[in-house]
Amino acid sequence: MSILIDENTRVLVQGITGREGEFHTRQMLNYGTKVVAGTSPGKKGQTVLGVPVFNGVKEAVDATGANASIIFVPAPVAPDAAIEAVDAGIKLVVIITEGIPTLDMIGVCDYAAENGVRVIGPNGPGVMSPGKSKVGIMPAHVHRPGSFGVISRSGTLTYEVVQELTSRGFGQSTCVGIGGDPVVGSSFIDILELFKEDPETKAVVLIGEIGGTDEEKAAAYISQGFNKPVVAFIAGLSAPPGKRMGHAGAIISGGEGTAEAKIAALESAGVKVAKTPTEIGELASQMEIR
Amino acid sequence: MKLHEYQARDILASKGVPVPRGEVAATPQEARAIAEKLGVRTVIKAQVLVGGRGKAGGVKIAASPQEAEDAARKILGMDIKGITVEKVLVAEASDIAGELYIGIVVDRGNKDIAVMASAEGGVEIEEVAKTSPDKIIKIAPNKKFGLLDYQARDLAFGIGLQAKQVREFTTIAKGLYKAFVDSDASLAEINPLAITSQGNLIAVDAKIVLDDNALFRHRGLEALRDRSEESEGERIGREKGFSYVKLDGAIGCMVNGAGLAMATMDVIKLYGGMPANFLDIGGGAQSDRVTAAFELLLADKNVRAVLLNIFGGITRCDEVARGIIQALERVDCKLPIVVRLAGTNEEEGRAILAQAGFSSTTSMIEAAKLVVAKASSAS
Repeated sequence: MSILIDENTRVLVQGITGREGEFHTRQMLNYGTKVVAGTSPGKKGQTVLGVPVFNGVKEAVDATGANASIIFVPAPVAPDAAIEAVDAGIKLVVIITEGIPTLDMIGVCDYAAENGVRVIGPNGPGVMSPGKSKVGIMPAHVHRPGSFGVISRSGTLTYEVVQELTSRGFGQSTCVGIGGDPVVGSSFIDILELFKEDPETKAVVLIGEIGGTDEEKAAAYISQGFNKPVVAFIAGLSAPPGKRMGHAGAIISGGEGTAEAKIAALESAGVKVAKTPTEIGELASQMEIR
Repeated sequence: MKLHEYQARDILASKGVPVPRGEVAATPQEARAIAEKLGVRTVIKAQVLVGGRGKAGGVKIAASPQEAEDAARKILGMDIKGITVEKVLVAEASDIAGELYIGIVVDRGNKDIAVMASAEGGVEIEEVAKTSPDKIIKIAPNKKFGLLDYQARDLAFGIGLQAKQVREFTTIAKGLYKAFVDSDASLAEINPLAITSQGNLIAVDAKIVLDDNALFRHRGLEALRDRSEESEGERIGREKGFSYVKLDGAIGCMVNGAGLAMATMDVIKLYGGMPANFLDIGGGAQSDRVTAAFELLLADKNVRAVLLNIFGGITRCDEVARGIIQALERVDCKLPIVVRLAGTNEEEGRAILAQAGFSSTTSMIEAAKLVVAKASSAS
């Protein structure tokens, strides 16, 4: 089954004529994703790699039946693009853009929630259901279809872990990059809820990092009764307090958000936490799941 | 981006928050002149972007312009947690009968803004949160209309204020909220919000931290950045579009991706080494980026060995390899370098490196163990 996206998802690329948009549209099309439309104000009528370009999301949806969008437009205009997608009836908005002001994201998340729209990101690699669809920028070749669900705040660290799983024969049902910003559209719990109900997913890998308390909340949620084994890796045990480690959301602030606290919470919930990204492969082997 | 107290004060004052009169001085003579102009007892406060200045002796009361000059002379040039004091705020000393707390932060967990107030002002709010959380009242401003009067009053009554103080608190809370939203802050705090012996409220300290992601629409505020409090490496990193944080160890790291960079540091530590820095060079390892990153790492004299950990997703390992070779032709690096290259076109990339005389691994664990060994044998 997989979650969020599958072979039927009809994808619209917001910012399709930009450098990132065009490059990743090609990658997605190569993977077999149904990219049915793109938007780029003023470029209606053009095509990018055969994909029709429209001025706005509503007309693109009306013309093509797009039901998910991926946003590559720059940070100053990305919130507007997300709201436009919500207004046009898109139900899944994946925001790749990094650098969106936090107060803007608070508004976008609120508006999306009011309208029953799921937002993934921002500042993440997107969503990948191997063998079915890729709505994101992750390297396809490290993935393979299987039964591990992956939820992560990172980009390349996720690919590292996924490659480890794949090399040991553990494929993935869906990989979701929830993003590295302090306020993101979907939390670990939001995605765990989906994996809980997905018959194809038999285990979950959680990749977290310092900052915030999302991992701790996930641990509490898992403690209440999660029906599949979960393993995790938390980055940033060696990070100093008070410093932003790359991701806008990766900061230990006022004593809160340490890797130690997250690891302790997850372990209390019965989650095995790997000491290195590579060890996830070892933990997966111990689960006897294929 | 952190603002100095004197900068935060100005913003709050512009939004209707009462603050003591005062000005910034960079010399003892300037401090004296300001104290003379104010004509009252003053407080001389070090303007540094770190906490704990009071304990470090960076805050002094002056009963006269002469004392103001003497206090400024002592405080200017003082080292507080590694920062040299370059400016002091000379402000009229308020006669403080009580201390409250009011602060506004981004509440990540609730994807919202949180406004907090407490009658336990003058101490670290994190301490109060730990020892007496019931003494902090927290509310979320109305999503459509912002912080409403009735909400500010709820906070005021909640922390035990009455009558005219409730009205003053409401003005201050709304001013603080406006400052927060208008400047795209991630934190705006008045601690302490003082109650004078006359029973009036006045903001005796001010702290604002701006959301770095929003600086593109606050160029005026961005221009207030205190460059002297940013390390050279952090400044260069920021200007080149890297994320760089200097640490204390001997192993310089260069990684593509923040999560992977943190994990790399963790793994180095796990195998007995100490990272010298966090450095995320981002996507696209073209030679100028790698060159600039090497220069940054090598400027740190503590570095004894370097680890490059590149996972090529969209970025191709063969391009990375060429980038590394070109960079090392431009930068004179005599230290041992361990390269870990994995992902797209990794065989090609490693072959290119091998041809140029550089060995590399595909395993991150192996690379970490190797660089730890090289760093300890180099020292």
